[in-house]
Amino acid sequence: MFGILRTLWLTFLHMGHRRVTVGYPEHKPPLPPRYRGRIILSRDPDGMERCVACNLCAVACPVDCISLQKAEQDGRWYPDYFRINFSRCIFCGMCEEACPTYAIQLIPDFEMSEYLRPNLVYEKEDLLISGTGKYPDYSFFRVAGVKIPGKDKGEAEREAPPVDIHTLLP
Amino acid sequence: MTAPMPVIIGVTLAVLLGLATFLTWFERRLLGLWQDRYGPNRVGPGGILQAVADGIKILFKQDWIPPFADRGVFVLAPAIGMMTVLLSFGVVPVTAFWSIAGNLNVGLLFVLAMMGMGVYGVVLAGWASNSKYALLGGMRAAAQMISYEVFMGLSVLGVVMQTGSFTMRDIVLAQSGLWFIVPQVLGCVVFTLAGVAETHRLPFDLPEGENELGAGFHTEYSGMKFGMFFLAEYAGVVLISALLVTLYLGGWQGPLLPPALWFGLKTGALVCLFILLRAALPRPRYDQLMALGWKILLPLSLLNIAATGAILLLHAPG
Repeated sequence: MFGILRTLWLTFLHMGHRRVTVGYPEHKPPLPPRYRGRIILSRDPDGMERCVACNLCAVACPVDCISLQKAEQDGRWYPDYFRINFSRCIFCGMCEEACPTYAIQLIPDFEMSEYLRPNLVYEKEDLLISGTGKYPDYSFFRVAGVKIPGKDKGEAEREAPPVDIHTLLP
Repeated sequence: MTAPMPVIIGVTLAVLLGLATFLTWFERRLLGLWQDRYGPNRVGPGGILQAVADGIKILFKQDWIPPFADRGVFVLAPAIGMMTVLLSFGVVPVTAFWSIAGNLNVGLLFVLAMMGMGVYGVVLAGWASNSKYALLGGMRAAAQMISYEVFMGLSVLGVVMQTGSFTMRDIVLAQSGLWFIVPQVLGCVVFTLAGVAETHRLPFDLPEGENELGAGFHTEYSGMKFGMFFLAEYAGVVLISALLVTLYLGGWQGPLLPPALWFGLKTGALVCLFILLRAALPRPRYDQLMALGWKILLPLSLLNIAATGAILLLHAPG
């Protein structure tokens, strides 16, 4: 009996409490930086595409919503096309975890509704952003032992020069 | 001073139906307030047009009668539910000069009779739907409302004994000195609980019991027939509140403010209390509901009658 009255009173007191609801379109909810929202493709600090078209994201994707094709120019691999079907995407972030070059990233943005389903298929130009995303200093080709114009083998960061195999001969 | 009868009837009807519609929105907002959320706040200022939007929606919905239902009774049931509630208002005196039949010499009995009739609305709905959940809901409603009606009648007897009249107007006038809630506090509590059960509102909404019966007796109802049940429920809430005000809280009487406003304020506060009950309390098991009714509330109301009678006899002149 007392418990019931106490419940009533405590519920009544909730009149003075702040409402938990965030009135969405007017008030945006605070999203944490690592919120898994819209997927983007980032660029390295030099403004080049980070994606090396390794296909790991497409393999990791549990719903097969990523499709891409490799192309190559001056030793750099890049995606010829990169397509994400957001009508399938479940925003699990597996692609981001699989990515070896921090290229594919999920950002705190979820407002991507469309009236037409085909509009949910994002092409590379829709996905690419001009910045570096969550990792401002990382550049794959600066640390990888791949030869590209302006950087020969052995010139990457923390990379020893290649061994001259002729000097190793007995 | 007294308005002509058709005006009174028309205004009462319009106000009641409007109030019931308004309450569908008001309850949700108030529940939201007590549960730290908003409730419907989009349509119109503060969301008040939500009731209109719901009304339009429910009017345009397909009004479907299941092929296995008993058509005639199926259509009749919501009308009975609504009608009995509206008729009960006939004897509630809003002010000394504004009531349809506040002077009816069996006013209180009429209300109790109408509530007894109201059971038919629910039971017939459950029966005519001809489906298991609806029938179970209807059966529960029958058992619950009949057993709670027993001591709803008994609990108001204290008031009748003190007033010496079944006339609602006399009951209010008898409270000019002291509201009956003071001497009849036990009766008031029992009547409130019985009233909640009578309108099958939460926490006593076992006939609807969403988690076990679908929607109980109105499982098969759609469109405006469902809306009728809905509005009848809210009109029932207003009715029980108005009855509580009339029987225990001095009716229209109060200082300073005009009588009609006093009546409205008291009724409104009680409606809010009904909504608070819904916001705070979980639904009991069915056996708990029945045990509470027969083992606690019935003895309490009998005790109340006995005590009232004894005191009245002791203070009787001569």
